[in-house]
Amino acid sequence: MLIRRPPDIPSAEITDEMLYWNRREFIKAAGMGVAAAGGLLPSSIPSLTRADEKLTPYEDVTGYNNFYEFGTGKDDPAKNAGTLRIRPWKIEVAGEVKKAAVYDFDELLKPYTPVERVYRLRCVEGWSMVIPWLGIPLRNIIDRLEPTSKAKFVEFTTLYDPQQMPGQRQGVLDWPYVEGLRMDEARHPLTLMVTGLYGKPLPNQNGAPLRLIVPWKYGFKGGKSLVKIRFTETQPQTTWNLAAPNEYGFYANVNPEVDHPRWSQARERRIGEFFKRKTLLFNGYAGEVASLYAGMDLRKNF
Amino acid sequence: MTRAAIITRVVKPVLYVAALVPLAYLLVALFSGWVMGDQVKFMQHVTGDTVLVCLLLTLAITPVRRLTGWNEIIRVRRLIGLTAFWYACLHLTTYLVFDQSLSISDIAADIMEHPWVLVGFAAFLCLVPLAITSTNGWIRRLGGKRWQRLHRLVYVAAIAGVLHYLWLVKKDVSAPLTYGAVLLVLFAIRIWVARGGTKPHAASRQIRAKPAA
Repeated sequence: MLIRRPPDIPSAEITDEMLYWNRREFIKAAGMGVAAAGGLLPSSIPSLTRADEKLTPYEDVTGYNNFYEFGTGKDDPAKNAGTLRIRPWKIEVAGEVKKAAVYDFDELLKPYTPVERVYRLRCVEGWSMVIPWLGIPLRNIIDRLEPTSKAKFVEFTTLYDPQQMPGQRQGVLDWPYVEGLRMDEARHPLTLMVTGLYGKPLPNQNGAPLRLIVPWKYGFKGGKSLVKIRFTETQPQTTWNLAAPNEYGFYANVNPEVDHPRWSQARERRIGEFFKRKTLLFNGYAGEVASLYAGMDLRKNF
Repeated sequence: MTRAAIITRVVKPVLYVAALVPLAYLLVALFSGWVMGDQVKFMQHVTGDTVLVCLLLTLAITPVRRLTGWNEIIRVRRLIGLTAFWYACLHLTTYLVFDQSLSISDIAADIMEHPWVLVGFAAFLCLVPLAITSTNGWIRRLGGKRWQRLHRLVYVAAIAGVLHYLWLVKKDVSAPLTYGAVLLVLFAIRIWVARGGTKPHAASRQIRAKPAA
């Protein structure tokens, strides 16, 4: 059952949600904010969620997770992810890329200062959260690695180690977990390589030390605890798509018009609320990302 | 104490209390703020599990009588069956109110488009006439044979209930398959007994409509 456990971090050390909001207001008031100062964002990005959307409490963000490597129950990751060793952590960069190598986590990310982004997270199961992530726009990392002209897609692989990840001892999915993006999706300014949330390093159950967040796609597109980034010419074979091709497509863009074969995607339950709210096209980021899919049949390319 | 007295003085009072345990757990968990994440899903899981467990228990009564000869145990079946029904009402209510905001058109569309909703709804509809005719008066009015035939709907309800669970699960089907396996074993025992796998106990012919006291 989904019973609250005391968080590992004393609550006094967790930034209060209100402080977060005030800080965001301050950043907005101070100009375009940290992220825009880096010259990375179009001017529309500070309004990543509406003012009437509250941050999902830290306890829910870190206590209600889909991370099957630690079990299929929503509270399993928080219970079991303590066995994950996040240092030292190696990330292999491979495929159609000039700077292919095995990087140490800290070495790969040293050149960057994480930015804060408050995004909606919409799970394909029909629930959602609003989460203040800390991370690095993926395009900054990609550009430094210099993909070749053949690189059309990026593939992300999660750690495979049943010793550390007890869920991998069961064959619920084909391990390791693999996800992928088209190059233009990966280089979109909203796509974030996440290293933290609520101003803290990423908890293990949320995909430490490094995970992907693509806010206009269903949550499963965001691979966790990544150990490999591969640039490819052909579309990667992704885990959920292989597990149930008619239910989970490669694109997995949030779309209230395109139902999951077994349930409606028209509405979602925001964690903490009882009644459902309407799901927004591209999770509310249509203004930023719809042009990526111009002319595409979103029903066919679900 | 006679065996019948054990049922009325011990087993039934215990079951009355037991029937309230899932509800108490639900309310305490919700109001104390223990529940992580999706609170409505939590309500639906607790009530849905309770329905399935109760349905399997009612279906276990006859096999237990056949295998042990403890015929008095039939007296708790109505109580367990009605517990299943009341939790099914709660389960359905959370869906109608919180998932669909009582919108008739949304509910109708959901039932027609999604097989797991349809079988869940069908399972509930099967339980309604069983709950209504669970009284001694109705047993008398219908007559034992007809009453018994009507109440075979519980097989349909149990199968539909397990399918409902199986079809909604995203990937890990271990929980619904466990219910399905128990159901299969219970059916297998019935068939085995019906084929003369065990000598019918002297009193077992009394199944006709001897209502629970």
